[in-house]
Amino acid sequence: MIRMENVHKAFGPNRVLQGMNLEVPRGTSMVIIGGSGTGKSVALKCVLGLIKPDSGKIYVDGKDAADTSDRDAFLARFGMLFQGGALFDSLPVWQNVAFRLLRGSLKRPQAEAREIAIEKLRRVGLKPDVADRFPAELSGGMQKRVGLARAIAAEPEIIFFDEPTTGLDPIMAGVINELIREIVTEMGATAMTITHDMTSVRAIADNVAMLHGGVIQWTGPVAQMDDSGDPYLDQFIHGRAEGPIEAVR
Amino acid sequence: MSPLALLARLGRLVLSVLASFGRVTLFALDAVSHILRPPYYPRELAVALLNIGWLSLPVVGLTAIFTGGALALQIYAGGARFNAEAVVPQIVAIGMVRELGPVLVGLMIAARVTSSIAAEIATMKVTEQIDALVTLSTHPMKYLTAPRVLAALITVPLLVGIGDIIGIMGGYTVAVQNLGFNAAAYLQNTVDFLETRDVVSSLVKGAVFGVIAAVMGCYYGMNSGRGAQGVGRATKGSVEAAAVLILAANFVLTGVFFSI
Ligand SMILES: Nc1ncnc2c1ncn2[C@@H]1O[C@H](COP(=O)(O)OP(=O)(O)OP(=O)(O)O)[C@@H](O)[C@H]1O
Ligand SMILES: [Mg+2]
Repeated sequence: MIRMENVHKAFGPNRVLQGMNLEVPRGTSMVIIGGSGTGKSVALKCVLGLIKPDSGKIYVDGKDAADTSDRDAFLARFGMLFQGGALFDSLPVWQNVAFRLLRGSLKRPQAEAREIAIEKLRRVGLKPDVADRFPAELSGGMQKRVGLARAIAAEPEIIFFDEPTTGLDPIMAGVINELIREIVTEMGATAMTITHDMTSVRAIADNVAMLHGGVIQWTGPVAQMDDSGDPYLDQFIHGRAEGPIEAVR
Repeated sequence: MSPLALLARLGRLVLSVLASFGRVTLFALDAVSHILRPPYYPRELAVALLNIGWLSLPVVGLTAIFTGGALALQIYAGGARFNAEAVVPQIVAIGMVRELGPVLVGLMIAARVTSSIAAEIATMKVTEQIDALVTLSTHPMKYLTAPRVLAALITVPLLVGIGDIIGIMGGYTVAVQNLGFNAAAYLQNTVDFLETRDVVSSLVKGAVFGVIAAVMGCYYGMNSGRGAQGVGRATKGSVEAAAVLILAANFVLTGVFFSI
């Protein structure tokens, strides 16, 4: 279980998170929605310890995420798809996907790691011939899917997806939504997904949280999203220009 | 501006210089501790050895040969003013081995290696590849910095040694071809004149300059600002800092080796 308690984070005068509270039960899929620049990516990075919150606590299965005593064991449980892909451009695609399997505690023979990489690439809809290309030679959507394959390659317990379907065609987006759902229901992983795509939200989420003004404006099961009665959430999911959320932020 | 304000400003400047010096020192110590502790990344080390050592050979060789040649011409012309032309082999040997070899190789490494390390790591930082490394349970200091610093520590002294030899050969060629020196006597003079201390100081300087070059590249890369501008600033800053520190370290090391 992941729990964020009153998390604050500011970059200089830019106060991004202003007391964010969120709970993600183990084995469930949480989708975070919210306007561009509200701090969704920052929130995920805070959980991973990539960004240090100014105040507040984050617990993962009761363990304080700020405790740096065993970072390796802590991070070994996580997989993360970065919004920009963040692929290692000096390594071919398969070595990106199999990065964890080629070194460190999960190291295994190269041929086996390569096979796993190709299998994961297939699961995100990429052909085996992509494996030996370099990230810079791929389209944006293909890079995103390689990033996704890398995030799930070592079968982590907790997976963060930062905009997994942005830049994909509708069919591929459907494939990825199904994949994320599968990872949660079949492998029992805990997932936190950021997305702007309402179709994805409905396909992936058990629970939804909307981040606005540095706090979780609304959170609840996806089934209650449509009749929440929250004007912010309503405006967001229907994509209306008029409402309590200003269009220029 | 009042003298007091000037003093305060000067104080702040000194403090900030000291602070960054402290940060760099801590960074370097951290890098060393990662070199010593497992896990090790042999593949990364091999790539760094290739990039820093092997691929620097052409530029080091060219720099050394022209410098050695020019040195022979200058010393011959200068020596002629007081009938000391014969001193060319000795001065070329001392000049190359003690000073010009290490300094010029160090500066070439700063230009070639520091800049490319800084640009590469800064780009990785800006595109979140460093964050991605962390989430893949790989320590960036261990994976990126340690192999590069170790590779520089190993290869730059070798490059300096090679540069010294090529520089002396440059002087030899000019002296024998153009200045009428006897080939065998030139070499004999060189070998007789050089002391162990000269060679050791040369190699030690190489090791120190190599570490400075690699550490500054990594430090500026890891602390790069955001965007293309951040990468540009990191690259520029790293080369400036490495070059200045190499020259300062050279002064200190020369003092340590030769004034006692
Ligand atoms: N490293 C950083 N340094 C300074 N400011 C940052 C940094 N990272 C994020 N920010 C700022 O924090 C705010 C939130 O950024 P974040 O990337 O979390 O937005 P987001 O909700 O993920 O938006 P999007 O949906 O567009 O991806 C932005 O105003 C951004 O400028
Ligand atoms: Mg984002």
